[in-house]
Parts: sequence; C-alpha cells; structure tokens
Amino acid sequence: MQEYRLLSTSGLLGYGFPEASLDAGMAREPHMIGVDGGSTDPGPYYLGSGKCVNSRMAMKRDLRLMLRAARKQRIPMVIGSCGGAGGEPHLQTVAAIVREIAREDGLHFRLALIHAEQDKAWVKEQLRKDRVKALRNVQPLDDKTIDRATRIVGMMGPEPFQRALDEGADVVLAGRSSDPAPWAGCATRAQLPPAPAWYAGKMLECGATAALPKGHDCLLTSVDRSGVVLEAMNPIRLCTPFSVANHSLHENSSPCFHIEPGGLLDTSDCTFEAVSDRAVRVSGMRWTQQPYTVKLEGAELVGYRAITICGTRDPLLISTIDDFLVSVRENVAVKAEAFGVTPDKYKLVIRTYGANGVMSAWEPVAQTQSHELGFVVEVIAENQEMANAVLAIARVQMLHVDFPGRLCKEGNMAFPYSPSDIETAPAYRFSVFHTVAIDDPCAPFPIEYETV
Amino acid sequence: MARIRDIAKACKSKNAGPFEVTIDVVFDDRALFERVRKTGILCPALFARLYKVRPEDVLFTEYPAGNAFKATLPRLIASGDIGDTDVYGAQQHAPLLDIEIPV
Repeated sequence: MQEYRLLSTSGLLGYGFPEASLDAGMAREPHMIGVDGGSTDPGPYYLGSGKCVNSRMAMKRDLRLMLRAARKQRIPMVIGSCGGAGGEPHLQTVAAIVREIAREDGLHFRLALIHAEQDKAWVKEQLRKDRVKALRNVQPLDDKTIDRATRIVGMMGPEPFQRALDEGADVVLAGRSSDPAPWAGCATRAQLPPAPAWYAGKMLECGATAALPKGHDCLLTSVDRSGVVLEAMNPIRLCTPFSVANHSLHENSSPCFHIEPGGLLDTSDCTFEAVSDRAVRVSGMRWTQQPYTVKLEGAELVGYRAITICGTRDPLLISTIDDFLVSVRENVAVKAEAFGVTPDKYKLVIRTYGANGVMSAWEPVAQTQSHELGFVVEVIAENQEMANAVLAIARVQMLHVDFPGRLCKEGNMAFPYSPSDIETAPAYRFSVFHTVAIDDPCAPFPIEYETV
Repeated sequence: MARIRDIAKACKSKNAGPFEVTIDVVFDDRALFERVRKTGILCPALFARLYKVRPEDVLFTEYPAGNAFKATLPRLIASGDIGDTDVYGAQQHAPLLDIEIPV
C-alpha cells in the first residue's frame, strides 16, 4: 500500500470530540478509526478497583459516533486499553456499551475482545524462568507481590490487533495495550514499515494533542514507506513542525528513544517539515527490532481511606503550624490507642495547602507567606471503620488542640462541610511495573469473537 | 540575566509512568535554545539539586528538534501511593521558574 490513513478521535475514550471534526476526518476516507482507551496517569485506583476512569455516559457518546461512522464506511474501529486500565472489568464495561449501541442503532458487525489480564500463576512461572525485569525505579518482583496484587494486566503490542483483524473482526476492543500498538498494528498489517507505523501510533494515541492549540480532538495521520503526515481535523488546530516535534516530550522519559513491545523507536534524527499551513510531514524515524517484551502492570490494596478538609485563617496558628501538627499527631496516637487502634494499624497524612501541599518534600519554600492554610487530613487503615474512627479523632484534634499564644479558643479550623468526614474509595498502589520476555506476542492475549 | 519564567515558551512537568516525573523546558526558537544550551545551566546537576536526587538518577536530554531540555527524575513516592501529592505529576515544575540564565 502506498498510503494508509488512520483517524484518532481524541486522547482518551470518553474525553469527547467535536462531531464536525469526526465528519471532516471521515471525509478523508481513513482506512481505520480508533481511540486510545487508557493510561496509568490517573493513578493505581482504576487498575486496582476495576472502575473506569471516564464515565459510561461520556464513553457511550464517543463510541456511538465512532461506531456509526466506522460501520457506514465499512472500516475497522480499534480501541486499546479499554476503560482506562484495560483489565477484564474495564474491557467488559466498554464491550457492554458497544453491544448496547449496536442494539439501539441497529448496527451489525463482528466484534473481537482481546483480553489482557494475566494469570498470577503464569506471572510466577515467568519470574521463576528469570524472564521478568523491573522497570526503572521499581523493586524486583517476587511471589508475595504477585499474590497481593488485586489485578495484573499485560500490555499488548500490535500483533493481537493484527490477528483479530486477520480473523475478520470489524470492531476490536482490547484490554491493556501499548498506546501506539493498535495504530502500529493496523499500519504494519497494511505492509508499511514499523518505523513510521509506530511513530504514527505515538502521535495518534493522544488525538490532536500534537496540534496547536492543544485539545481533545481528531487527528488524521497518513503513513507511507518513509514517514507520516499529521493533520488535525478541526480547522482551529494546526500541526506545525514545532508542535509535532514537541509532542515527543509528552509523558515520555526520553523524547528520542521509545521502548515498545518488540523494538525501539528512535526519533533522534527525525525531520519535521510543513506540507501546508496545517499539516506536517515527519520522516527519519528508525525502528530497531529487539527481544520481545511485554510490560506488566499490577495494583494492590493498601487500605481504606477517610479524609476531612479544613482551613485556618489564624496568623498565630500559621506561625507555629509545624509544631501544631506534631501535637495533633501525638494526640491522635494517644486517643486512637485508647480505643484499640495502635499506630501500626493506620497511616495519618496531613497535607498543608498554602505551605507544601503540592510539592511536599520537593518544596523549596521553607516558610509560607500565606494568610490562610488549607488542610486535607487523611487516614488509611485496614478497614473502613478503623479509618473513620481515627479520622474523626484527628478532626477533633485539628479543631481543638491547644498551641502557644492561642487566642482562637473556640476552634482552630474552619470546616466547609457537614458531615466533615468523608469516606473515600479504597486506596491502591502500583505494585507490579515490570517487563516479561515472551516468545509469542499473541499468547498472553486471548481473543474472543462474537457477532453483534 | 533572565529567569526561565521570562524566556521559556513552556516549563512543565508530567508523569512518565507512575514512578518517574519528567520536566520539560521549551524555548521559542533554535537561536535562544542554543544560547541557553551554551550556558550549561540546564544540566543534570541542576535538577539533582532542585529535586534532591542523585545526578546519576537524572535522565537528561537536550532535544534541539523541539528547542527543549528534558529531565526525567525518580519520584520520591509513586503516583497515587500513600502520601503522594501529585497523581499526574503536573505541578512539579515551579522550582525551575526562577532559575537565572545568563543570556
């Protein structure tokens, strides 16, 4: 094929996009349409809990427009990392929406679901075979960490997408995927070389973010044998050589070297040229094949959380805030222990907005100049009842603990809410962030087909 | 002397995965990028000092194609773990804004 055109509707399924941009994109007769579904960016909760990062309503709106457009022009619709984290519940949530839209709109197609959740026994086996490596700044994996994970996903490359399309799928919904993989899979399946195919994927996975002004919008990318041409479909957004070059900085540890399943995309020698006032051609990217590895992502439960929000406008308290918070902690420890919750059973975190609530240990300003300070007081404990109990005691200490020179003897804090104590969702952490070497890129990612 | 906040086109931070934060300083044109580069102020040691990490833990890239400097640092606390203050890593750039560059 001389040129293969891919249309991405936005940076994430459920972010929304203007319908006119989709229409403009479809008028260019793309060979496929897709959108990235996921990210680790919103934190570990979504992978751990099985919840989707974007709302069902927002995802359904985007999916309906995309499905109708794809079926009308008989092109594949391909979505990776469904529902955010790309685990089984996330994939099933998106699949249920797609089936519902098909029923409501009378659409018929062959649907492929590509699963990405990994069996713990299989992960342990890979660990024993010494095929698992920690990514930078991550501890080595062990059996106990695998056991504690509530969910582990593998991040698939392009091959499972290619297989699903080869086997006749019109709509491909996949669990966790490398963000560029769906696009790279479609372009290399059309016999285009991996370097421009992967580069196209790196751009398309963020929608029109590579254009100026940035926004959640549609991007059309044409891939040929030597490069790619990028163009945003909304007339207000322009791809310029500068905007496109700079997009390589986004969420990457390096703008030049991108490690992907099966190889390395090297963009060090890319050239960026304007082909019109709104489209840019990029060439000079290289792809080096490497041993095939897949990233594993897992999350574990760390406990149950309750928070309260409050603030002080008292300059005497602000001047002695560090000592005051030490007193609060000491009082909480004594009071909680009195009702049987020893300090090893919970974590108390007090965030001080106006001082170092944003940067914590990285905050270079030692002394706040703020006339008011805001606090988020948080307790994480092994069950919700315990978290609520310790948080309630912490709230009382914030309100009533004495400090030297105190004039505000009725209360130290302004609380904006009643109830002031808020149970939040269970707290998770990313616990698995490793690569595993595999021989068959499709083996960990089984595909199911159904006729819708 | 000019502060980064007065001469940069962008100064921004973001997660590069849950265990690292990446910080970009971007300039408008190649000439200014080259002048800044020649001063040598933007370097791993600067980021190590500002963010209290070891210089060898700073992955630093000069990126002429984007008129940009990039530093990727290990997070002290992983995104969303207990005590993390910035799940997206989007507000960790401020210490750079007042760095003075002799251009």
